[in-house]
Amino acid sequence: MAKITYVENNGNTHTVEVAEGLTVMEGAIQNNIPGIDGDCGGGMACATCHVYVKDEWFDKINKKSEGEDDMIDQAYEPKKSSRLSCQIQVSSEIDGLEVNLPEKQI
Amino acid sequence: MIKTDALIIGAGPTGLFTAHQLKIIGLNCEIVDNLDKAGGQCIELYPDKPIYDIPAVPECSGEELTNNLLAQIKPFNIGFHLNERVDEVKKIENDWEVKTNRGKVFLTPNVIIAGGVGSFEPRKFAPKECEKFEDKSIFYAVKNKKLFENKTISIFGGGDSALDWAVEFSKTSKVNLIHRREEFRGAQATVDKVLQLKKEGKINLFTKYQLKTVKGDEKLESIEIKNDDEKVVELKTDIVLGFFGLIMQLGPIANWGLNLDKKTVEVDTEKFETNQKGIYAVGDICNYPGKLKLILSGFHEGALAARACFKLARPNEKYRFEFTTSSKTIKNRLGVKSD
Repeated sequence: MAKITYVENNGNTHTVEVAEGLTVMEGAIQNNIPGIDGDCGGGMACATCHVYVKDEWFDKINKKSEGEDDMIDQAYEPKKSSRLSCQIQVSSEIDGLEVNLPEKQI
Repeated sequence: MIKTDALIIGAGPTGLFTAHQLKIIGLNCEIVDNLDKAGGQCIELYPDKPIYDIPAVPECSGEELTNNLLAQIKPFNIGFHLNERVDEVKKIENDWEVKTNRGKVFLTPNVIIAGGVGSFEPRKFAPKECEKFEDKSIFYAVKNKKLFENKTISIFGGGDSALDWAVEFSKTSKVNLIHRREEFRGAQATVDKVLQLKKEGKINLFTKYQLKTVKGDEKLESIEIKNDDEKVVELKTDIVLGFFGLIMQLGPIANWGLNLDKKTVEVDTEKFETNQKGIYAVGDICNYPGKLKLILSGFHEGALAARACFKLARPNEKYRFEFTTSSKTIKNRLGVKSD
């Protein structure tokens, strides 16, 4: 298990325990966290699980998947810190990860 | 007004196969889709990606699947209404009156929603001030390229649409191409062409920049773009084009009085009917205990919904189950010879 904190755009914070092997997107969906849609179910075919990851965590999580940046091009307000949360694997090494959610997904 | 036994909303794989099932049992149907071609997510999101879980098809791409489904319904006369979005569904006595955004009206006892995750709409620019220029100076598609000749055009995006139009418009106009990173996802040949045109001074290229704001009162005058380090550049421009791909929105379906759970429609598992009699939901958009978002589940759901339609479309007839292998009637409908 790893503690993941999701910070909504309005500042609301949700900290939940997510099982290893899941993705940060799945952790959000299973815990009904608002602000992450995950429309395509993790197939990297939409950009509705878009999150921002601060510098201190950006290099600790697994690297971007091939094609992830192509999809991020199509996200709402992409930044340098953008990731698709369906491509971030949860493991004990990222216990304490904090991700910030964009104003909206679509 | 078009009268039909069943109207299908969505021409993705589930919608196409549902049409097949309706025609097989002798019902008419029409299909409406917001996109300009059939295939839905298969064509729009992953035309080249292989799919491995279609029964009896070890591997096929989204495009192949769509083409095969279209071939399968080719014997039938099915009305396709592409580039149209269903906006309104209203009960009129025993029928549903269905209106599209282009003013087309259908009257039918059965409406089958096979809408995936909703309708595809272009992703738009985030700054709010862009809205007032939309369809005047800011566009998300090129419908009439004559309008864009001899102008200054700022094109945003890194995919094939952005690159292709940048190349095309560089022949007649001054083009700024702006993309949020260095790498482009368009075809390499087009990327090379763009870089060549940049060298020749025919395209101004701004990478790692995004739109900050647009300026102008009545008429768009200029735009400001900024990079990751907050450096701002102002560009005089007449036209802005944004190509950020498509997003899926539930859209007007939310207003039809259906039981919704997040972005899905609740149905029973006998008829795949919603809480409204004669409105069914099949494929990714429907929800019931145990629902799997697989194409094969959509096929099953469509087959059952089609049988449910029979009752409302032919209230005085009794539906008889038949196999395609043995039924003469079905073979006639398919236009094949029976032994």
